[in-house]
Amino acid sequence: MSENFRVALLGNPNCGKSALFNKLTGARQKIANYPGVTVERVAGILALPDGTQAEVIDLPGAYAFDASSPDEEVTRQVVQGEFPGEAEPDVLVLVLDAGNLEQHLVFAQEVLALGKPTIVALNMIDMAERDGLKLDATILSQALGVPVIETVAVRRRGLDDLKSAIADARAQIGTHADRPVMDATERRLEARTIAKATVYETSKARRLGDRLDSVLLNPWAGPLILLVLLFVIFQAVFAWAAPLTDALDGGAGALGAWVEGALPESFLRDLLTEGIIAGVGSVVVFLPQIVILFLFILIMEATGYMARAAFLMDRLMAGVGLSGRSFIPLLSSFACAIPGIMATRSIADPKDRLTTILIAPLMTCSARLPVYAVIIAAFIPQTNVWGGIGLQGLVLFALYLAGIVGALIVALVLRGTLTKGGATGFIMELPRYQLPSVGDIALGLWQRAWVFLRRAGTIIFSATVILWVLLSFPQAEPGESQVDASFAGQIADGLNVVLEPIGFNREISLALIPAMAAREVAVASLATTYAIDAEDEEAEAEGLASTLSNRWSLPTALAFLAWFVFAPQCLSTIAVARRETNGWKWPLFMVGYLFALAYIFAGITYWSAVALGL
Amino acid sequence: MTLESLKPGHHARIAAIDWSALPPADAKRMRALGFETGVEVGMAHHGVFGGRDPVAVSIGRMTIALRKSQASAISLEAD
Repeated sequence: MSENFRVALLGNPNCGKSALFNKLTGARQKIANYPGVTVERVAGILALPDGTQAEVIDLPGAYAFDASSPDEEVTRQVVQGEFPGEAEPDVLVLVLDAGNLEQHLVFAQEVLALGKPTIVALNMIDMAERDGLKLDATILSQALGVPVIETVAVRRRGLDDLKSAIADARAQIGTHADRPVMDATERRLEARTIAKATVYETSKARRLGDRLDSVLLNPWAGPLILLVLLFVIFQAVFAWAAPLTDALDGGAGALGAWVEGALPESFLRDLLTEGIIAGVGSVVVFLPQIVILFLFILIMEATGYMARAAFLMDRLMAGVGLSGRSFIPLLSSFACAIPGIMATRSIADPKDRLTTILIAPLMTCSARLPVYAVIIAAFIPQTNVWGGIGLQGLVLFALYLAGIVGALIVALVLRGTLTKGGATGFIMELPRYQLPSVGDIALGLWQRAWVFLRRAGTIIFSATVILWVLLSFPQAEPGESQVDASFAGQIADGLNVVLEPIGFNREISLALIPAMAAREVAVASLATTYAIDAEDEEAEAEGLASTLSNRWSLPTALAFLAWFVFAPQCLSTIAVARRETNGWKWPLFMVGYLFALAYIFAGITYWSAVALGL
Repeated sequence: MTLESLKPGHHARIAAIDWSALPPADAKRMRALGFETGVEVGMAHHGVFGGRDPVAVSIGRMTIALRKSQASAISLEAD
């Protein structure tokens, strides 16, 4: 019996449903996708006071069953037992925001009319009180005809009562309560009547949130504050993460060295050290940056500021045919396009969402930094221009800017052509400000880190093995270089014919092949190609920089940088784009247009630099 | 007068909404959020740098961000 007992949480967006779900199920959550749609299915196990268990699913927030988003459609189908492969829930827990009862009771009427065993969690009761509202749960319970439990999910208030009520509701499984079925207008009138009866006192106290908004949404100060915040985030992502990244990098190196010492020389040892540890390690080192970026994003989301950021950015995004909702995915893409593309799920409009996915790889992700760093160190002198601005930093900034401007232009072009149509609206509830709970943030961080490691890990793992094989076979004759003899070397010869006109040499062509797996691999493979003998990476990077500056011309180096602004050299991104667009059509288009841009801009850069006599 | 012209801090009742001027999905969402004839709305904030696209509108106990194109479909009663 207990295994079949299924509870579903549902409610309007911003009712505190997910926080309640976290507190009910703890960290034991299973996050997957509903088949065929990119809506997350979040499920967990709830331990009831009587020692039994229930499976709880956290359904996407919905304003109504009459769906205007894929999320709402999933919620409707699951609750009504129409979703293929998903068993109908036995008991519904309807989560209502106590501070916004009149609105949340509209959807509640629709849910109650289903006649299923239902419990109402009157959530965020503390914030309602803070806003000067006093509510009587007994009146609400009588009006709705179901148990009402007062809860404050983030502070763990009312959880035991809610669990007991869920356990009690088990007695009613399979019963059908006849409750009135109303049309939309009747539901709204009824909601208003019930809310008026339940809320017995309102004071006109100016809400704290209004005062915050008068600063944070101020037409002039608001954008400035957001800009400063973004600057702090970028500083943190790059400065705070550095020691952790170095530690992980050192760890991967040490592990490789240990395996090399522990195993006899063999094919397996080389595969382990050169292929798997080096390859997977090169991706894992980005974890600190991703965790720090997501720490900020999760806090911005949990406090309610993220919706304000979207509001402030909407004007800019509207200029290229997108909306403020695209801001969050694009911000995430500065750490890594993979979580960025996954975050596009919050964009309701499919064409907006597709456009955002297609431009996400143009945001300068952290994997490009090692490549930029080596080339800039080798070719850009450490001088100051315009009174104190470092030329090297300026070039780095220009590369970031090139990506952003490129993305905006591509979005504009796409919205006028391939993803044309539907003047996208921007209707977004700005939720009340809330102090987030540390547990919720920690859980969110853990989940994102795990998703990143698992997805990137599996794909990078396979890719590095394949590339290692390409580089290691067929084995070279004595006196011949292994790289030249390998399949990869032969591919590079072919590639070189295409890449020579944009100023690339054969070594670059060769480095670009393994860098298909991940951009930063280009640095390591250039080092390998030039057979640099160095003990540690710093010496290697230094050695590489001086070798490069001797062997490459400045136009070639600049063309190489331009190439990396656009080139879609990341198998994980392509794989995630395939998953999120349900097919190969759009990822292939993405790869095609990005390579075309990379080729054109590297070429323009090279020939302009040559013409200028650089 | 339509909603986007309302001054920040001011309130008014909705006189009529031109649903035909809105894409069906937007109309559905706005109905679900409680936009209806006779409902009181307020202008919480104008957009960035004094522009009116988007605007933040208060309705009931919520604040909703709307584009100008959506807000202009909502006519307000004169005071």
